[in-house]
Parts: sequence; structure tokens; C-alpha cells
Amino acid sequence: MNSIKNLISLPFRGQGVLFLLLFSFTMSAQNYPSGKSILDKVDRNMSSKTRIMTSKMEIQGGRSVRTLESKSWIEGEQKAYTEYLSPAREKGTKMLKLENQLWIFSPSTDRVMQISGHMLRQSVMGSDMSYEDMMSDSPLLERYKAEVTSEEMIEDRRCWVVTLTAIKENVNYHSQKIWVDQERFVPLKMDLFAKSGKLLKRTTLGNVQKMQGRWFPMEMTYKDMLKEGKGTKMTVVSIQFDGAIPAGVFNKSNLK
Amino acid sequence: MNNIGKTNSYSPLGAGGNNIKKTNIDSPSGLGGKGGLFLFKTAFKSLIGNGLKTWLNVSVLSVSFVLIILLQGVLKGWSEQAVEDTVRWEIADGQYWQEGYDPYDPFSLDSSAVAIPARLQGDVNSQNLEPVLISQASIYPGGRMMGVLLRGIRPDQKLLKIPTELLVVNDNESEIPVILGAYMARQTGLKLNDVLTLRWRDKNGTFEAADIRVAGIFKTSVPSVDNGSLWLPLDKLQSMTLRENAAHLLIKSPEIEAKQVTGWSFKSVEDLTASTMLLVKTKSMGTSLLYVIFLLLAMLAIFDTQTLSIFRRQREIGTLVAMGMTPRQVMWHFTLEGTFNALLSFVVGAVWGTPLLWYLSNKGISFNMDASEIGVAMGDTMYASVTPGLVFGTMLFIIVITAVVSYLPARKIAKMNPTEAIRGKAI
Repeated sequence: MNSIKNLISLPFRGQGVLFLLLFSFTMSAQNYPSGKSILDKVDRNMSSKTRIMTSKMEIQGGRSVRTLESKSWIEGEQKAYTEYLSPAREKGTKMLKLENQLWIFSPSTDRVMQISGHMLRQSVMGSDMSYEDMMSDSPLLERYKAEVTSEEMIEDRRCWVVTLTAIKENVNYHSQKIWVDQERFVPLKMDLFAKSGKLLKRTTLGNVQKMQGRWFPMEMTYKDMLKEGKGTKMTVVSIQFDGAIPAGVFNKSNLK
Repeated sequence: MNNIGKTNSYSPLGAGGNNIKKTNIDSPSGLGGKGGLFLFKTAFKSLIGNGLKTWLNVSVLSVSFVLIILLQGVLKGWSEQAVEDTVRWEIADGQYWQEGYDPYDPFSLDSSAVAIPARLQGDVNSQNLEPVLISQASIYPGGRMMGVLLRGIRPDQKLLKIPTELLVVNDNESEIPVILGAYMARQTGLKLNDVLTLRWRDKNGTFEAADIRVAGIFKTSVPSVDNGSLWLPLDKLQSMTLRENAAHLLIKSPEIEAKQVTGWSFKSVEDLTASTMLLVKTKSMGTSLLYVIFLLLAMLAIFDTQTLSIFRRQREIGTLVAMGMTPRQVMWHFTLEGTFNALLSFVVGAVWGTPLLWYLSNKGISFNMDASEIGVAMGDTMYASVTPGLVFGTMLFIIVITAVVSYLPARKIAKMNPTEAIRGKAI
């Protein structure tokens, strides 16, 4: 009889607890800024009309680390030109992106090769990044709905945890989770998930510096979470935002 | 006569007066009719009379004879086995290919995965057509990333020898069952019941990942079924890639006839095995060089023997002509003598070659290599396929070549002056 009484009374006793939980959750959710406003601020830091950047990419192999140095000229989402400066083996390799097409010039073969379609899914120079990852720079809000789900600390920085869920079918990753610095509005960590919820890639961003009136991470590490290894680290050596880029840079004749 | 007898005790003259008598009696118009038989007999006796020289020539020729049959037989056996295995493991009675599908271009896979045409759906339902959907993916065995081709096929298919019954999904199983070939298992280090992560993209390009379980490992001699491929249930792959009822190719059963279907092209067994046949043909041409070398050695020996024989047997030739044989008949005598080398080599070749060919036809030969590495259908053991056509064809070829080589030096006989020949000064 006691057990029957307990069973009947449990929901009534639990109601109070449930109410308190719901109340506290709603209150805390209300305190979070909207995901859209956070992403807007992130885009203001991370995006620019043009960008001229020299960077180093460290690709962690099984036994050794390969370091590639390159200089890139980027205009919006549609145009990008990259020239590899070192090592000697890759020096002179040039990549030109115009809209969704990519051309690569290899000095060893003295040939220009066009990469399009599914080839864009291949790894860039053996790194953890694909050409598609490198070229996909459309604003997150165009592809995802954003929701701030919690707050967390990353290396002493208080971050908003923003969950992004795809609103379009043709996105690479169904959902993302990004940790945005609450003060500087720069993402410090990004997790990319499959539709099944499996974590596929993780990007960690660091060495955030104030550059030309904006905060920008000077170090990024891309890691394929399904395979072993330390991932690919990209270090920005120098960067110039919204500088003038001559139109001739984005011309195929510039590849040879 | 003594000189002639010393030169060749089995020459027409060395055999004694009876032969000469027969020539005159039986062959008034030269050596036609029974005289032809006489020529055969005397030519054969002359050849045997050459002793060790003949047996050396015959031995070399018999090696060429058996080698040609053996290598051709092995190549023929390989091509037959390759076609048979390809039919059993991969193509059955032919395949319908979606027009954009190119097996050598994985980047054509996304655009060529289309819905099974309504005209063929009935045959698909009755299992006379077996749909296969292909998709690119990555697996992570031991923390390494490897590109693979996922091939979706119905677990209850009956057309191919692939053990697809192992792909039947249990309701309580969370992992996707896959089967793979032994070569692929070695390459990836995977074992039965291993669980690993698979990453793929759906038709919109969105990444998806799940765990797969190795439900079976099969051994096949057809590399395109094994190398780089993981087989999984068709409906599973269709739902994974959001491609309902889609396929790249349809494998046809012999029970039905091929039809014309818009957007699809039918490839017959001949079309699909053309590259294997071409490879065999190329290999066959490559091995022909070996035959040429062996035959050249044998023919050189026969040619030398003939030339020397004609030089040393001038007196015999002159005497034969003086006794009534025409120079042409003597020339044929020597040509026949040389050609008999071929006939003797067949006998010798049959003695030592028959057990060898029998062994290779029944027990086969193992090259101790995996055909998947070189991308051609090849069993662990190759069997020679020796047919009467191959044996008689080779015999005819060798006879003709030997006859030509024997005839060339013998032509000099027709131009010989008999008196000069008797004096041994015709050449």
C-alpha cells in the first residue's frame, strides 16, 4: 500500500522541483544574448572586404612536421589567390579561386590544373583541411540557425557556447558548436558534427590580437577527430584587412 | 659408293641397290605414286642416319613445341578463368550502366546515381536484375584515414558469388554490417567483427559518420570486387546517401533479355571482359617473342644441318641425279629430311611434354602472388587449357616453318651440275 501511495504522490512532489528547474532554465536562457547578435559580432571581427595574409601551415605527419609558408590575397567570398613561398619543394605553387572553381599551378609540372566538383573535397597538401573547407567562407548565419546554449571557460576566457544547426541542405556539416569569447567576440573553439551527432572536426583558435581595430586569432589548429595525429596548425605571420588588391592578381595568367 | 655410304649410311644410295631398283620400277615418271613413299622412307632413314646431330635438333625443336603449347595453354587457361570468375563475381550476364557512370572516374559517381527506371523495376523486383549503388567514403582503421568505395547490394541477391547473405541486418545491431575482400582486409588490417568508423557524404554533400562492423571477409580472384571496396546492404546505403531506389548499375541475370532503356546502356559480358581479353592478347604477344627465340634457335640448327648436309653429300646428290632422279626430286628429298625433324620433335615432345601439360591442366601452377595488386582477375592457381586445336595448330605452324627452313638450302640442288656434283665440286 505504501508503495502505491508513493507512486501516486511522486508526481505531485516532483512538480515543485520540475517547476523550479524550468523557471531557472528559462531565466538563464533569457539572459543569453541571441545567437544571431553574437555571430554578427563574430563576422565583424573575422570577415573583411579584402585580406592580404602571410601564413605558415604546419602539417603533422606520422613522424615529421611539414611547414608550408604562403601568401594569400582574398577578396570577399569569391576571389582568392595563394602563392606558396616555402619549402623549396612547394615554392612557386599557386592557387586561384574564382567563385566555386579552383586552379592550381604546379611549377614541377609547369601545368595549371583545374579543381572542381568532388575534387574540392580532397585534402590541401596533405593537411586536415579540404579545398572546400578552405574556400567555404560564406557567413555562418546564411547556412545555420544559431542558439546560445551555455557559457564555458576556455583558457581563462569566458565564452558563449553557440550551437549552429543547418537551415540548408547543402552544407558540409549538419551542426556546429562554437565557443565565442564574450569580450572580444572571436571564436576560440569550433566543433563540427555529422548528422548523427558524431564529432568530425575540431578547430581551436588562439593568440587573439587586436589588429587594425578588430580582434583576430593569429593561430588556428584544424583536427580531423576521426583520425590520429595532432592536426594542422596555421599561424598568421602578417595580415592586412581591407587593403587594395590589383585586379590582375585574380587572373589565370597570374598563375604561370 | 663407299664415300657416299660413309657420309650417310641411310642415304638412298647407302641403303643399297634395292632402293634404286624400286625407284626405276615404281616410278617411271620420276618419284610420283609409290615413289613418293620411297622419298619419305629414304628421307626419314637419312635423318636418323645423321645420329646425334638429328637428336640435338629434335630436342631443341621439341622444347620449342612444348613451350609454345604450354605458354599458350596457360594464357588461354588464365583468360578463361578470368572471364569465368568475372562473370561469377561481378557481371553475371551483363550490366546496365547509367549513362554518366564511369568506373574509372569516382567523381562521376554523384551525378550518375539515379532512380532505377520504371521499365526495369519489374525485373529488379523479380531479382533478374540486381541493382548496385556506389558511393565514396572514408574509413579510419587504426586511426588512419583511407578512401573506400561503398557498394550497396541486396543481401538476398543470387546472381553473384559475393556472400551477401552476411549483410542481413539484425534489429538490435547498431553498427552497419559490411563485407570485404581478403586483399582489402589485408590492406586495412581489418578482421572479422572489427568495428570502425565510416564517414561519407549524402547526396547534398553533408558529412555523416557511423560505425560499421566487418560481417564477413571473402576471397575472390576479381580485384574490382575486392580492392578498395566495402559491400553493404543496398537499402542501407540508399538511406545513408539520401538516394532512395537509386543505382549506378544493374546486373542482369541470364534468364532475361537485354532491353533498350533511355539513360542506361547495356554492357555485354564481351564488353565488360574486353580489357581482360586485351591484356591476355598483349601478354600472348609478349610471350611470342620467347617462341620466336626458341624457334629461331631450332630453325638455325636445322638450316645449318641442311646446308652442311648438302655440301657434304654432293656426290650422293650427283649419283642420284645420274641414276634417274630429277634435281627437283632430290631437292624434295632433302626438304622432307629437314621437315622430319619437326615430326620427330612432336614425338619427343609428346613423351616429356604430355605429363607436364597434364599436370598443369589438372593441378595448375601457383605464382604465389595476389592478383589484386596488379588489378587483373587471376586465381591463386593458374591452369593450362590445352585443346586439340592448340596442339594441332602449333604442330602445323612448326611443320610449315621447318619445311621452309629445310627448303631454302635445298634449292641449290636444282642448280647443280650432276657431273660436278659427283666430283664433289658442284658447290
